[in-house]
Amino acid sequence: MENQTNEIGFPLIGEKAPDFEAATTQGTLRLSDFEGSWLVLFSHPADFTPVCTTEFIAFSKIADDLKKRNTELLGLSVDSISSHIAWARNVEEKMGVKIPFPIIADLNKEVSQKFGMIHPGQSKTETVRCVFIIDPESKVRTILYYPLSTGRNMQEIIRIIDALQTTDKHKVATPANWNPGDPVVVPSPTTAEGAEERVKEDYDCKDWYLCFKKL
Amino acid sequence: MIIVPCVSADGKPTQSGIKTLTAIKNGASTPQTVSQQTGQPMFKVRSGLRELVNAGLVKQTENKYCLTEEGTKIIE
Repeated sequence: MENQTNEIGFPLIGEKAPDFEAATTQGTLRLSDFEGSWLVLFSHPADFTPVCTTEFIAFSKIADDLKKRNTELLGLSVDSISSHIAWARNVEEKMGVKIPFPIIADLNKEVSQKFGMIHPGQSKTETVRCVFIIDPESKVRTILYYPLSTGRNMQEIIRIIDALQTTDKHKVATPANWNPGDPVVVPSPTTAEGAEERVKEDYDCKDWYLCFKKL
Repeated sequence: MIIVPCVSADGKPTQSGIKTLTAIKNGASTPQTVSQQTGQPMFKVRSGLRELVNAGLVKQTENKYCLTEEGTKIIE
């Protein structure tokens, strides 16, 4: 079997996201301009395409919910500024939705290459559906990749941000299918003594390594 | 291509540029206070201030901003 490798380099979870300066529909922006806010940096394959249009409408509809979470949106594709503006105007005119966030025109693929957004197995020219959730210190906290044919789930993006912010604030973890208000997971003890003490504590413990608490 | 939201191609500030200049005239001197006065998000304020500095309408000393003579004339 042929040994396939890829040369896509991108920042991994826990690493600082590389800064960039890029032309956007709201002016020339740097990643560092977003410091102090959470950021959802996402790529889409192309303007004036059906799945991307449904996604942009959906992202626009969650923009206010994200603002409440101190989170900004920043889109990207390898189309031009003129194309982005024309598409945004078309979406507003035909679908009645104003796109409130900036969109990067990554014509030279500088940003998409830094973030591993082009997957040659899918397309050599278009970016795949990628989401980087970046925290206020510019650290990458979540990476999601979707194929060209599958639109993203906005509620999952909001859920991840809620989970990350809850984790940071309360030093806990969140279990499968967690939503705000659900019990959270208390980090497992790392010593035998800690394990013995854990089951005596006032948590809902299934065993020493799996304990829940309400916030 | 460099896109400037606060300064148009003819060198004059746009509406959001005027908002920022007015906020500085009214005492805002940091990106945070400009953001509070204009209601613009921080990323937009930071990029706008950079452009207004490049256009010679605002000057920056460390992280404080003030209007230049030219910037003052524009909003008078």
